[in-house]
Amino acid sequence: MSKSTAPRTESLSNVSIRRSTHSPIFTVIGSLIIVVLLSVAPWIAPAQVASTLMNFFILVIMATMWNLLAGYAGMVSIGQQAFVGLGAYATLYFALKGVNPFVTIPLAALATAVIAVPVTFLLFRLRGGYFAIATWVVADTAMLIIGTIAVLGGGTGRLMPGLENLSPSQTAHYSYLATWIVALIVVIGTYLLLRSRLGLVLASIRDNEVAARSAGANVRSARRTVYIIAAAGCGAAGAVLAISQPFIQPTNEFSMQWAAEMLFVSMIGGLGTIEGPIIGSIIFFILQQSLQQQGVWYLIIFGVFAVAVALWQPKGLWGAFRSRFRSELLPVGHWVRTERLQTKTPEPLE
Amino acid sequence: MGEHILQVRDLTVHHGQLCAIDNVSFELNRGEVLTMIGANGAGKSTLLRTIAGLHHPSSGEIVFEDVDVTRWQPHKRVSKGISLVPEGRRLFSSMTLEENLMVAAGQSRSLPFTVERVYELFDWMPSRRKQRVWQLSGGEQQAVAIGRALVANPKVLLLDELSLGLAPIIVERIYALVPEIVSQGVSILIVEQDVAQGVMVADRVHCLLEGRTSLTGTPADLTSEQIDQAYFGADMAKGSLSAEASE
Amino acid sequence: MIWVNVIIQGILVGGFYALFACGLSLMFGVLKVINLAHGDMAVVAAYVAVLLSPHLHIAMLWSFLVVVPIFGLLGYVLQRTLIQRSIDRDPFTTLLVTFGLSVVIENLLLELYTANGRTVDIGSIIAQSWHPGSIVYISYVSLVVLAIAVLVLAILQLFLSKSRTGRLIRAVADDREAAQLSGANYKHIFGIAAAIAFATVALAGIAYGMMTQFAPTSGGVNLLFAFEAVVIGGIGSLWGTLVGGIALGVAQQFGAHLNPQYQVLAGNLLFLAVLAVRPQGLFGKKTALA
Repeated sequence: MSKSTAPRTESLSNVSIRRSTHSPIFTVIGSLIIVVLLSVAPWIAPAQVASTLMNFFILVIMATMWNLLAGYAGMVSIGQQAFVGLGAYATLYFALKGVNPFVTIPLAALATAVIAVPVTFLLFRLRGGYFAIATWVVADTAMLIIGTIAVLGGGTGRLMPGLENLSPSQTAHYSYLATWIVALIVVIGTYLLLRSRLGLVLASIRDNEVAARSAGANVRSARRTVYIIAAAGCGAAGAVLAISQPFIQPTNEFSMQWAAEMLFVSMIGGLGTIEGPIIGSIIFFILQQSLQQQGVWYLIIFGVFAVAVALWQPKGLWGAFRSRFRSELLPVGHWVRTERLQTKTPEPLE
Repeated sequence: MGEHILQVRDLTVHHGQLCAIDNVSFELNRGEVLTMIGANGAGKSTLLRTIAGLHHPSSGEIVFEDVDVTRWQPHKRVSKGISLVPEGRRLFSSMTLEENLMVAAGQSRSLPFTVERVYELFDWMPSRRKQRVWQLSGGEQQAVAIGRALVANPKVLLLDELSLGLAPIIVERIYALVPEIVSQGVSILIVEQDVAQGVMVADRVHCLLEGRTSLTGTPADLTSEQIDQAYFGADMAKGSLSAEASE
Repeated sequence: MIWVNVIIQGILVGGFYALFACGLSLMFGVLKVINLAHGDMAVVAAYVAVLLSPHLHIAMLWSFLVVVPIFGLLGYVLQRTLIQRSIDRDPFTTLLVTFGLSVVIENLLLELYTANGRTVDIGSIIAQSWHPGSIVYISYVSLVVLAIAVLVLAILQLFLSKSRTGRLIRAVADDREAAQLSGANYKHIFGIAAAIAFATVALAGIAYGMMTQFAPTSGGVNLLFAFEAVVIGGIGSLWGTLVGGIALGVAQQFGAHLNPQYQVLAGNLLFLAVLAVRPQGLFGKKTALA
């Protein structure tokens, strides 16, 4: 009680708070150039490049969603492939009903979000590792249930309808654009979400869950919102996956490999940063492309790399870069800068 | 060996950014009871936990029987003779009374404290040794916690806030055991918010205020006004000590 | 009579699930770590048994005598190095690290030994069974595995409740700091718990290889079943795990009886139903609940 708790109003006037440590003008111009280039890529680059980029975008979408879940809301899921698969099958279902496959993408995202709501009521009864394995049980269950539905191709799979009257190059171009737009929406949406009130609540939970609770943050509902958003994002990823690789098969769409990739990519790039999953995805694709003749060695090497990063560089590559150079391309936090450091020991309260 | 069994030199401990203990030095003599008093947040518990090895100091040394133990693991300090009775008792809740004692019991039977010897000290224990500890009252649990520390045969016993949550009569009964324990060659370092109780059993008193030493001396040398001042800091010690301290 | 057979087959396989799960349960109880590579360790043990036996000139049946101690040692070493390191960071890291290990091990096995199924060859006894009723078949191997599971659980229970080391393990599980203050080197105790977990899962892996074919991906599936058995039985209860394993086994056999496609699904649905209705499981304390 005799500790100094007097507000230091005098020094507060010298503190400035800002989002970013550098001028945003470079970020804006740089981003615009990249966005324009990527938007016209299928018309200026070889088809092989465009299709690789498309897979890259799908991974970025998934990893960004996984990062939102784990890096910002502290939920380790190894079952997000449930929503990838459900998104793909929602697209198939709507397409079978005669809806244009490209129109089904938002519908698929919505459908997976709706399915995610009751799932949270089950999963949120467990925590930590048990939560993680339970998400996997959910994914396994979803796959097995889908596999029993004959109209969706059962266990053997089915070709996506509604793409027949497009030429192969049209299909390639449209699905590229669809994937690219979904990726843009997901990344920008996540960025805006983290700058919103929900982002603030998540940050407070991450810093100190008990304190956040007692300060009135509704931890559970914030987590639920994040889980549902992440499900919708993975659903959209599943939808574009179904359009770009139109033979839909349960073991493919619900593959554990999706979970492994999104997790490794986020870990290596840096959990809890927007840029991390993107950078992780770039590294992943470089590795995968250069080792594609060697079977699954790329995944083994990438996994070992991810484990090493988790143990020795837990902020990931981007996190390490950022703390060294104090720089963010997409700032969601605030930097506090003090003009004059308060070095005097606090005087006791009178 | 010197007359000091335990020496703390220039000890500084941080909790993150917060400095909990700021350059504290003192010695514990052989066969002595030293009481640390100080208000909440004065750093007393941190001090004991650091001596027991649960916190790492940012600087300073802890010397036990002329050996620097500052970097030792807690379990190694226990085997060399430093035992802490932690704040809140921290018994093993899924175990029986006897199992709690047996966890800490050493292999050697030549040392003064065995489970049987603890049963002599607390004569109610043998009949209830098969009970789960959560079935015991707060005072009984505190006794088990002390017994658990004793069966490790400490040379230095660290007692952290024994009075917490207990009725004054129970506290008095527990502190009545201190001379008995000291007679077995154990030196005791007590941390206590209940100043009156802590001072009564002490050979020497050491006051901590905001992580620093504010006063030291024998109970006979110190007036209650001096203790008040050391406890609360300058100008705050207007109220009566007993009223404040027994809350 | 058909239903009697369904229940008997469920009990037989349930014993195996409990054997597989007890290490998982112990690791969580003591270290508070869910080892997501637990299942893959069983598969690795089965591979080691198959590959090592010819070199040692022993029958595969007896390979567990060599493999189980090796895995106990491996568990201790892995705990004191990699897993302890991740525990020192936070629980979050342990999940990432063990999942990473799981994916790496599984793909490494795929690269080295292909996806082809293998078995731990124990000769003609595999085909023999006891035939007490008209349509009730009890495979001797399954019966032995169930007996081993019960034996292992009983020994483990006895060890934890009576031995000095067992007491220390429980002390660390209850309150790590207080255990340290009572003279326990908790990292060593963690290592022992991990050694037991690895040894039991190695035994389970070899038993699995005797009962049926295994492949690199078998680990994941079995981890899922083991986890379901633990949650259904109740987290933190060894005998609960056995009951959970049997309940899971019966549910799966029941589903398979309706349609082979429903075998795993029925088990998953039982798990989700338990989670919805009685999240602490049949015998559990509420420790793992949010």
